[in-house]
Amino acid sequence: MSEAPTRPNRGYGRWTPAWFLAPAVLALLLIGIYPTIFALVTSFRRYNITRPRDGFPFIGFENYISVLTDSTFWSSLFLTAQFYVTVLPIQIMLGLIIALLLHKPGMGLLKSLARVTLVVPLATTYAVVGLIGRLIFNRDFGVANQLFEAIGVGKIDWLSSPTGAFAAIAIMDIWQWTPFCALIFLAGLSMVPGEIEEAARLETSSKLALLRYVQLPYLLPGLTAVMILRSADVLKLFDMVFVMTRGGPGSATDLISIYIQRVGFRIFDLGTASAQAILLLIITIIISRLYIRLFYREVH
Amino acid sequence: MRLSSGKLLHAVGLTAVVLFSLFPFYWMVAASFKTQADILASPPVWVFTPTLQNYADIFADTKVSGAIINSLIVATSSTVLAVLLGAPAAFALARYDFRGKSDLWFWFISNRMISPIVLALPVYLLAIQVGLLDTHLVLILIYLTFNLPIVVWICTDQFKSIPSDLEQAARLDGANQFIIFRKIYLPLGAPGIAVSAIFSFIFSWNELLYALVLTRRNVQTAPVVATSFMSGYELPWGKIMATGTVIVLPVTIFALIVSRHMVRGLTMGATK
Repeated sequence: MSEAPTRPNRGYGRWTPAWFLAPAVLALLLIGIYPTIFALVTSFRRYNITRPRDGFPFIGFENYISVLTDSTFWSSLFLTAQFYVTVLPIQIMLGLIIALLLHKPGMGLLKSLARVTLVVPLATTYAVVGLIGRLIFNRDFGVANQLFEAIGVGKIDWLSSPTGAFAAIAIMDIWQWTPFCALIFLAGLSMVPGEIEEAARLETSSKLALLRYVQLPYLLPGLTAVMILRSADVLKLFDMVFVMTRGGPGSATDLISIYIQRVGFRIFDLGTASAQAILLLIITIIISRLYIRLFYREVH
Repeated sequence: MRLSSGKLLHAVGLTAVVLFSLFPFYWMVAASFKTQADILASPPVWVFTPTLQNYADIFADTKVSGAIINSLIVATSSTVLAVLLGAPAAFALARYDFRGKSDLWFWFISNRMISPIVLALPVYLLAIQVGLLDTHLVLILIYLTFNLPIVVWICTDQFKSIPSDLEQAARLDGANQFIIFRKIYLPLGAPGIAVSAIFSFIFSWNELLYALVLTRRNVQTAPVVATSFMSGYELPWGKIMATGTVIVLPVTIFALIVSRHMVRGLTMGATK
């Protein structure tokens, strides 16, 4: 500190990076952090905008206590977790199968076509996925029931029975996100050095052994990425489910984002909803720290 | 040439992938060309006489066309703003060393993980207070919370790949950092900037929760209007599916353009 700086001239001053960074940092602080602080403050108030006459008094941890003792809050968190453990294994399995199909040599044109079509589910607007779900899973004229009847399962009351509705949103989520898993795994498979894969193919004719001993190590980073990213996405999941079921019937598809939205914007109990949102934020921060720790430890 | 059973299985598998990916999408587009009677037919009809009536109806409906214009305004403005703010930040992250750099980078990226409902509540209250509820501006700004991270991530990556000799040569010619950014990094980083812009556009175009909460009558975006059809008894299915098709078509085309970058964009480089 006391010595004169003797570092080489890098062609820029000490504050130059700040000039480039300041606009983005200030914007995100204002748009992201300021509202978060506002939510934190609101979470300590009684804040129901349908009853402005009460004022918005500070009530300490009362909102948090009522949220943490609210069985609906816990059950929608539990339902979110249940959704995650339902869709994720299927997405991973299907994604892996598709990736292996796409990785296999041959079938040039058909393979390119399959690869390109994988982008379609990923690009489809989430709300529109919900609309499609409403059409496909209609009890009377939905094509899902036609297909199920064809294989002898019979009519299912998709959107108006709890299990049916849960299955329907799970199927739409699997449709939308399996391609993502497939593309990640495909990227992993293409990292396997060609010579090693060739040599392994000569050694063994077992596809399973090849997968387990040669390809799996290259698939693991992608697998971790899928698990963490999907867990953050499921916590955010709103659009498709809102359009398809609004959280119903009853609370069968009342995932955490849907529940908080209902408390905030149907019941207008913004104090309670803010406390819920802050708790959700804490869960998200834990997950994203995990994400950073797993992926970016070695960067920089 | 003999078609071995392995090859046949491969072809069947790939065909199944194509059907899996396209079927729901196809079913929507098909329904958009059906009459209400054809849509309500039970069991569903696969062969029908297509009609353009649904498209004529929605394009005549000022609510739908207005919503599409709103979506265009919001998504384009937010994308432009994200690039204007994000590209310089990415330049700094790619080219300079300073304390706390990796923390700053993490902070940018972690914004993508936050659930919209967390910010929607306070932004709703703030928007009421400052009179921004139901304006384009409030959506343009809030969409920066997920657009800025994607621009910063993709552009940092792109700028890092630009060789530094060019920069040194320019410096010897007396160019300052701002000129170097404008004359070297912006043009050479253009592909990455374009990809990040397309991603920003897609994310903004698809967003529902913020738009649902922060808009009322004037600034409803396309997903909000499509969703609003979903109440009442006799649902206008053909119109709903035509609207859905119109919403999805442009983003699908964009997504196909950036499909090679799709995984990188969605994972923010988690799989290197």
